[in-house]
Amino acid sequence: MIALTTIEASACPLGLEHVDTDQLIPARFMQTPRAKGYGGFLLHDLRRDASGALRPDLAVNDPRYGGAQIMIGRANFGCGSSREAAVYVLADAGYRCVLAPSFGDIFSSNAVKNGVLPARVGAADIEALLADPVVLAGGAIRVDLAAQTISVGNKSIPFEVRADWKKQLLNGWDDVDLTQSYAQDIAAFAARDKAQRPWATPRAG
Amino acid sequence: MAPRTIIDKIWDAHVIAIREDGDCLLWVDRHLVHEGSHHGFAQVRQRGAGVARPDLTFGTADHYVPTRPSIAVDPDSARMIRQLTENCAEHGVACFGHGHARQGIAHVAAPELGLTLPGLLMVCGDSHTSTHGALGAYAFGIGASEVAHVLMTQTIWQSRPKRIRITVEGVLGAGVTAKDMALAIIAKLGTGYAAGCAIEYAGSAVRGLSVEGRLTLCNLSIESGSRLGLVAPDETTFAYLRGRPYAPQGADFDRAVEDWRQLATDADAAFDREIAIDAREIAPTVTWGVSPEQAAQVGGLVPDPADVSDPTKAQAWRDALSYMGLTAGMPIRDIRVDRVFIGSCTNSRIEDLRDAAAVLRGRRSLVPGLVSPGSAGVKRQAEAEGLDAIFLAAGLEWGGPGCSMCVGMNGDLVGAGERCASTTNRNFKGRQGKDARTHLMSPAMAAAAAVRGHLCDVRELMAEGQS
Ligand code: SF4
Repeated sequence: MIALTTIEASACPLGLEHVDTDQLIPARFMQTPRAKGYGGFLLHDLRRDASGALRPDLAVNDPRYGGAQIMIGRANFGCGSSREAAVYVLADAGYRCVLAPSFGDIFSSNAVKNGVLPARVGAADIEALLADPVVLAGGAIRVDLAAQTISVGNKSIPFEVRADWKKQLLNGWDDVDLTQSYAQDIAAFAARDKAQRPWATPRAG
Repeated sequence: MAPRTIIDKIWDAHVIAIREDGDCLLWVDRHLVHEGSHHGFAQVRQRGAGVARPDLTFGTADHYVPTRPSIAVDPDSARMIRQLTENCAEHGVACFGHGHARQGIAHVAAPELGLTLPGLLMVCGDSHTSTHGALGAYAFGIGASEVAHVLMTQTIWQSRPKRIRITVEGVLGAGVTAKDMALAIIAKLGTGYAAGCAIEYAGSAVRGLSVEGRLTLCNLSIESGSRLGLVAPDETTFAYLRGRPYAPQGADFDRAVEDWRQLATDADAAFDREIAIDAREIAPTVTWGVSPEQAAQVGGLVPDPADVSDPTKAQAWRDALSYMGLTAGMPIRDIRVDRVFIGSCTNSRIEDLRDAAAVLRGRRSLVPGLVSPGSAGVKRQAEAEGLDAIFLAAGLEWGGPGCSMCVGMNGDLVGAGERCASTTNRNFKGRQGKDARTHLMSPAMAAAAAVRGHLCDVRELMAEGQS
């Protein structure tokens, strides 16, 4: 995983509430192997009107935010299913950070595993960002993970992120590497547990 | 030792190591994989690694399996199903593939087979893994990277969740089910009230539920944002599990029951939050919007966004009404439906099918509909009881086991603009198909909607049936 320290890029003022994972990526695209890239599926159905044309009123379709690496949403971003593909679409479309007042639980942990920062920003600050002229014009804003701040022009906005996720993102750590350093503890646990909870092993069926 | 909740007891029994930030490395007792786990298997392959404990991993085909004889399997779905079987075979994992006698939706098949047991820590790359909490398991959904991690290490990193106890006291009225209880709780508390928390459901109304009912209740836990929901195991649980194929048998089972009895929350254990609900207040409930919290009692009116003070919420309601094609203030029972779907990991167990059949017996459905049993086992049982004949006589389609129209990955979709009375768990925009309109409700209520052609209170039909 690549370490994430600061991001300086334009932000997409999506501004929607309860963007669930079915909207982030409709289920029918999830058979695609990851190697083919998921960026094109991002908010696929939401972005289009009944005739299939891209809706001009949606920020993700606005060319000003074409190079955005930061997504700004409202409450409960990424709620719904556990599909990690909801993060693949963002990551493959170039996003490295989502700003929202709250996130779906599994979505945020999936995000971190893919090097995408789920930054919790106060609801009032989100409203300010969504109305900020620099953001709206597609100007660059700066997210500093170590300092936990977002700079827009000369404003500085704080954000929250779980301490362990912050560390993991800053260092670009991978869970599996970390876990493998506990191999002895795992083996000892398994042996002890087998004696203590014999019923936990499934019968041959 | 200080008094502990069931949540803490199971957690403590699974801690292998604690990281400096407090996160714990936990042992995983069961890992369920399905077609969607292909990303996880691909990551394992990429690392050149293997599956650490194939004996604790079980595969079942559910999301892509065809469930309607009338619809041909498309090659992409067939590839997804084949891929699961191949991935499992490559790593020595037991797999209940398409056509297997034990195949079914993971959250229906595993409890039925005795793979789900009290006190186990279970994971699956699917958010409705919370379902298994019904038997007293600590069960939660994980993402693809975590699937890969569990495959390779049989462990998972987790932060200790906050604990909520929801106590529902009293007796549910006739025609009121676990689904109504679950929808009523979410309607009352909102989809975010339990974000990241673990819920214990307690109280006489919860203990009064069958295991099937508890599975429905715990299934919907995830819609409250919680990581998991569970019910302490009791005599109902033990009676359900005795003799199930993968559960311990004979003296081993009795020994296990002794351990399982110790899991219940201690008398003075503290929760981070306590919520009390009166069972008498729960009536048949349906959703009117595009989030499970947008639900109301069937006897009520479609709510008016003008009545909410929070402008964001009012906007969300307006948006929901426009998507759903509804008018504020209209009676919910005036909502006409175009089709019904009875199935999914929420409500496709034998008891659910019996509930629906009881309403449909001797009646005709005014709209087309599909009944999909949750597993091959449920299908066999339902056919042995003659339930399939009741559905067919009512004019509904009797399908095969799988996720089916809950998510439409296998091609069983609700058409654009069509309105479906559905026993599933998500009424998100486009969930059952592009521009499809979903109303969530219990199997009995879906059956009643089929008979009347509009949403209605199943208790009316029950009264009619008696007279
Ligand atoms: S039935 Fe629906 S909710 Fe359940 S696992 Fe399948 S797709 Fe998910």
